[in-house]
Amino acid sequence: MSIASSLSVDKRDIVALEGVTKRFPGVVANDGVDLAIRPGEVHVLLGENGAGKSTLIGMLSGLQQPDEGRILVDGEPTAITSPRHALALGIGTVFQHMMLVPTLTVAENLLLGGPWWQRPKTEELEARVAEITRTLGITVRLHAKVSELSLGEQQQVEILRAMVRNTRLLILDESTSMLTPKGIEELGALMRRLVGQGLAIVFITHKLKEAAAFGDRISVLKLGRKVGEIPPERFRALGEQAIISEIVELMFGKRKDDPEAAERPVRVIHAEAAPLLQVHDLAVAPTDEAPCLSSISFDIRPGEIFGIAGIDGNGQKQLAEALAGQRATMGGSVRLEGAPIEALSVGERRERGLRYLTDDRLGEGTVGTFPVSINFFLKQVGAAPFWRKGVEQRAEIDKRAAQIVREYDVRTPSLKTPVARLSGGNIQKVLLARELAEGAKVVIFNKPTYGLDLANTLASRQRIRDTAARGLAVLLISTDLEELLSMCDRIAVISNGSLVGTVENADDARTKVGRLMIGLAA
Amino acid sequence: MTGLFSEVFLSALLFGAVTAAIPLLLAGLGEQMSEKAGVLNIGIEGMMLAGAYLGFVGAFYSGSLWLGFFTGAAGGIAVALVMALLCVRIGLNQIVIGIALTLGLEGLTALLHHFQFSRSYPRLPAVDVTVIPLLSDIPVIGPALFRQHLIVYLAIALVFAMGHIYRRTQLGLNLQAAGDKPAALDVAGIDVMRTRTIAVLTTGALAGLGGAFLANVGAGLFIPFITNGAGFLGIVLAMLARGRPVWVLFGALLFGVCLSLTTAMQVAGINIPTDIIQMLPFLAVMIMLVLFGRRASLPAALGIPYERGAR
Repeated sequence: MSIASSLSVDKRDIVALEGVTKRFPGVVANDGVDLAIRPGEVHVLLGENGAGKSTLIGMLSGLQQPDEGRILVDGEPTAITSPRHALALGIGTVFQHMMLVPTLTVAENLLLGGPWWQRPKTEELEARVAEITRTLGITVRLHAKVSELSLGEQQQVEILRAMVRNTRLLILDESTSMLTPKGIEELGALMRRLVGQGLAIVFITHKLKEAAAFGDRISVLKLGRKVGEIPPERFRALGEQAIISEIVELMFGKRKDDPEAAERPVRVIHAEAAPLLQVHDLAVAPTDEAPCLSSISFDIRPGEIFGIAGIDGNGQKQLAEALAGQRATMGGSVRLEGAPIEALSVGERRERGLRYLTDDRLGEGTVGTFPVSINFFLKQVGAAPFWRKGVEQRAEIDKRAAQIVREYDVRTPSLKTPVARLSGGNIQKVLLARELAEGAKVVIFNKPTYGLDLANTLASRQRIRDTAARGLAVLLISTDLEELLSMCDRIAVISNGSLVGTVENADDARTKVGRLMIGLAA
Repeated sequence: MTGLFSEVFLSALLFGAVTAAIPLLLAGLGEQMSEKAGVLNIGIEGMMLAGAYLGFVGAFYSGSLWLGFFTGAAGGIAVALVMALLCVRIGLNQIVIGIALTLGLEGLTALLHHFQFSRSYPRLPAVDVTVIPLLSDIPVIGPALFRQHLIVYLAIALVFAMGHIYRRTQLGLNLQAAGDKPAALDVAGIDVMRTRTIAVLTTGALAGLGGAFLANVGAGLFIPFITNGAGFLGIVLAMLARGRPVWVLFGALLFGVCLSLTTAMQVAGINIPTDIIQMLPFLAVMIMLVLFGRRASLPAALGIPYERGAR
């Protein structure tokens, strides 16, 4: 009850969240989130990937249950137990991934969910749809197969489906991510008409301009916590530029009591030293999930930590893989200590001292069912002294593995434990030990602290700093701006496959990088 | 060679084709429903065997063929319940469980037969046929198609009932969504597990009925391994039929003709080694797979257990 008394429950709220916390193994997805959702308002949930937006939606739509806190519907504490229950409460969700059956027609998709013994009430539906589409000013081809519709049309069908079911609260999860600019504009206009009819809308996005353009109220999420809210009164009082700068402050601003805060030691990098890694005009073809990389150029000098910032999915992984030799390039050059390496294989690049720590620790970095000891030497399988004439030298491997376990403080029950049984932090230590082993000159870290707890995060960061201090060149790819600011000498921002700017990590770097990340000039 | 093309011979051939086609038709329709809902039901052969055994036991001890069909369907449902529990609820691998059920039922029914009937080899009397007036007087096809047991007509009516369910009812929509995009069905407020369970149990009932038909009407007795791959042929039919029940009927009749030809040619004393004649149905399967197999379109989520929230 202490929660309820400390908050004012507003009678106008359709749905209110009070101190909602949701944990997944190793991650706190939502941490004590409060949220008030009112009719006639577009409530924007703004946050980067991993900020906990999708989990929040999962709880509102009945897919997941909160671990702590409660959800009030019309002022009554309610456990939303299933998607059906959410629909009955008037909560309709348009998910980020389309939730229509491609082989059925639009009408059939809208009819899904009726009692199974009934005949689909097609005539009733047609009348209802005609009425709704007229007031909203959209057209929908009811008898077309969903697979024939464009993504924008499919989204309108999903919104229409929510309306057919008498939805009072419409949740739009990253709905603009797959739309054309024109489609986004139309969606914005549609949202205005819907809230005009008294609907409540929760609009989830990581794009700041959309938040400022379409929202009435903005809540900013960061690493599962709600870090700020701009109520409608303030929203109207501020101009668009003022709102944007306020949000930038909320999203990228520094918290005072940050346990991760660390003073960045001033390192002296000899500007005249020859760069260890030189990347010039690198290009990579686009894939289904990533844009093409084009004209990527940067140098990293010995002892330098060069950061790559950006929203996830803008080509970071492709860049790392192209440098490591795991992905074909379409042009450009990569030089290690001045020698071109772009024609070399993965193994040859490693041999020359280029090391890559993947973010996919279990899928790509280790073989989960193999013991810890073997995982230390995965990239040396067959090589002396651990293998001789094709025969595994168990004693030699165990001796060296035991040494590494002590050195890197890997917490494992034994050397024979399958590596998948270790915690994320300890798997990361195995990877660190393997990639930083003798001969490393340039190390690429891709999201090295993603999904780790605080202690392991700090340990990994220290390990990276030490690496640079030994005179190695470090490329640090991260979506965590704090991390980059606390460690890097220079930070480049990647957006849609290009480096849109490089910033010296000085006092104003936070704002500059933040602005570059959301598509504004530094 | 005159015997081969005589009216009597052709009529007997067609009659045998229909009798052989009905179990395949029921198995194919059953498998089609499971696959539509996203469950690859390899256990269907086991369900048919359970239906054949219990169907025979029911008919033999009660003397009623209809009670036999009922117990046969119940036997198929019992096996389908295990499948639904393990593969739909718990989400175990459908192929592994399906094979295990088939092998298990092969052994179990053979064992039960050994203890119960291996000394006496009891047989059921010939079945009563329902003669359809006028139509049954047509030469050749009249005696073959319109002097059949009532359940044959019911099985063929089921083809059109299934077509109606798939195209015109809410259940049909739900089944297709469960197989093509279960997450969409889930967020529409329909329980995916329940929908798939209904489908698997229906498969069990139809396969059990098919097994009972095979034992009671087709053979008049139960012997171990009596289904002889009929369930697997049903899987092939369902895959080739692309979700349309009427194609299952056509396919079943084609295989039925092949199976019947096997018997008829042996009876007619044609001088071809029986081993080659018996290969005919399976040769037909391979030819059909080569011709149409590539165009078989299967549901997107076929064989994948549904887990809420997994992407």
